[in-house]
Amino acid sequence: MRFDRNARRRWMNWIMSALALLCVVVALVPLGSIIYTAVTFGGHVLSFSFLTSGYPLACSPTPSQPTCPVGGIGPAIEGTGVLLALSSLFSVPPGILAGVYLSEFGRGRLGRSVSFFTDVMTGSPSIVVGIFVYTLFFLFFGPRGVFSALSGAVALAILMIPIVTRTTEEALRLVPNSVREAAYALGIPRYRAVLHVVLSAARGAILTGVVLAVMRAGGEAAPLLLTALGNPFGFQGLTQPSASLPPIIFNFGTSAYSNQVAVAWGAALVLIIIMLCISLTVRFALRSKLS
Amino acid sequence: MVEGALSHEDPRPTKLRVDGLSAFYGPKKAISNVSLDFPERTVTAIIGPSGCGKSTLIRCLNRMHEVLPGTRIEGRVLLDGEDIYDGDPVSVRRRIGMVFQKPNPFPTMSVYDNVAAGLKLNGIRDRARVDAAVIRSLKQAALWDEVKDAIDGPGTRLSGGQQQRLCIARALAIEPEVLLMDEPCSALDPIATAKIEDLIFDLRKTYTLVIVTHNMQQAARVAEFTAFMYLGELVEFDRTQTLFEQPKQKLTENYITGRFG
Repeated sequence: MRFDRNARRRWMNWIMSALALLCVVVALVPLGSIIYTAVTFGGHVLSFSFLTSGYPLACSPTPSQPTCPVGGIGPAIEGTGVLLALSSLFSVPPGILAGVYLSEFGRGRLGRSVSFFTDVMTGSPSIVVGIFVYTLFFLFFGPRGVFSALSGAVALAILMIPIVTRTTEEALRLVPNSVREAAYALGIPRYRAVLHVVLSAARGAILTGVVLAVMRAGGEAAPLLLTALGNPFGFQGLTQPSASLPPIIFNFGTSAYSNQVAVAWGAALVLIIIMLCISLTVRFALRSKLS
Repeated sequence: MVEGALSHEDPRPTKLRVDGLSAFYGPKKAISNVSLDFPERTVTAIIGPSGCGKSTLIRCLNRMHEVLPGTRIEGRVLLDGEDIYDGDPVSVRRRIGMVFQKPNPFPTMSVYDNVAAGLKLNGIRDRARVDAAVIRSLKQAALWDEVKDAIDGPGTRLSGGQQQRLCIARALAIEPEVLLMDEPCSALDPIATAKIEDLIFDLRKTYTLVIVTHNMQQAARVAEFTAFMYLGELVEFDRTQTLFEQPKQKLTENYITGRFG
């Protein structure tokens, strides 16, 4: 009887382990497929000049010109860099401060409503944020102010704020109370204890949240189609439309010309690689710090 | 003297006086009408069974009790004759330092930064002065020889006993007048405990110390005066030797002879 039970337990153990492994595989298949497809269709266009050259013109192969120039995505990389830098500037300070408020000070009705609206913002579709920013800029700056780098950065910042806020709040809640008490017992005023001791203890997790937010914003196309729009030249000033990576993947990916489609694949691969690099850099930087 | 029996008969002046102190967590009364005097440059131990209010009492002495939501106190605590509950808790805590039960060095800060934190975050920027205070405090806490080569390493990588001495050094760096210790050895092994006890013995030359302890032998070893608390009330306060050898109260005698608690 005892042996039967053991056999059953071993069987169950084996089945459950196999099931868990299967789930891992299922979760990894789409990721692997995306990377494989991007490399297959976009890998051959990658080169240094692809990262710096201008967009390709529409071109069909003809007997006199059997291959079309591929060009590059220089303007989009420049624009995405500027947009992400601006949107980080707009979203990280308010996001972190809101997280600090929720974790350290937010009691009562105001705290609860900030928390509620953060959840609502996290769940709002990016296209809706795009329409909101479009309307906002239309009202304040008129039809000529709508499509600009500034409006694009604002749209991305609105998507980033709730992510930064939530991760900051959760990171601060994980800092043990004994650390706060230690700071108070040294006669350190509360705001300084929060800024220099509690935030510093949670900085790794907060930085991870910021990176998550940047990566989310970096992959967004929908709100940018309504705001930054795109241009063939890169970043042309805050009030001018700006190029960026996700919209050109959309635009060139639906093009009828094979050289432009190839550029869309290449841009997709570059976007994946950039995100991977950001993530790895931050992980590496965190590991080398005190922890 | 509020109640003669609970006051030390000691020639040294009173540094800290507790006068009719009661402390509450919400509606629950944790300590009730406690009065006692701590003479200057002495070690006073507070003993008693778990839940008797000794930690609450010590947390009232530098206004850490009120950090928890829903708490309040009645009565007075006088430092050099002035009520610490008049005015700003922050300035009180600069004069009355505290060491906690579990070592709690600041994570992500180096040994140096941990000790310097109290000065730097109170606005002292003078590098030479901070350096000198860090070295002095680490030496006072008998930790300097062990960490002088790793002063920029993380404080959390030290052993438990070293971390607790780091916390003592951190408290000493701001030069408090009184040092409160809430069961500072309860998370440490006997060797680390012995080091902290030696340290307490040395520190009383400069500071007024109050130490909460679970361990009666520890009270007997380090403290000149001992207070025994039970169910939120101060039962007896006397010279340590008198309290352990000729307790005046039956309750004290029962506790120190191990009949309960």
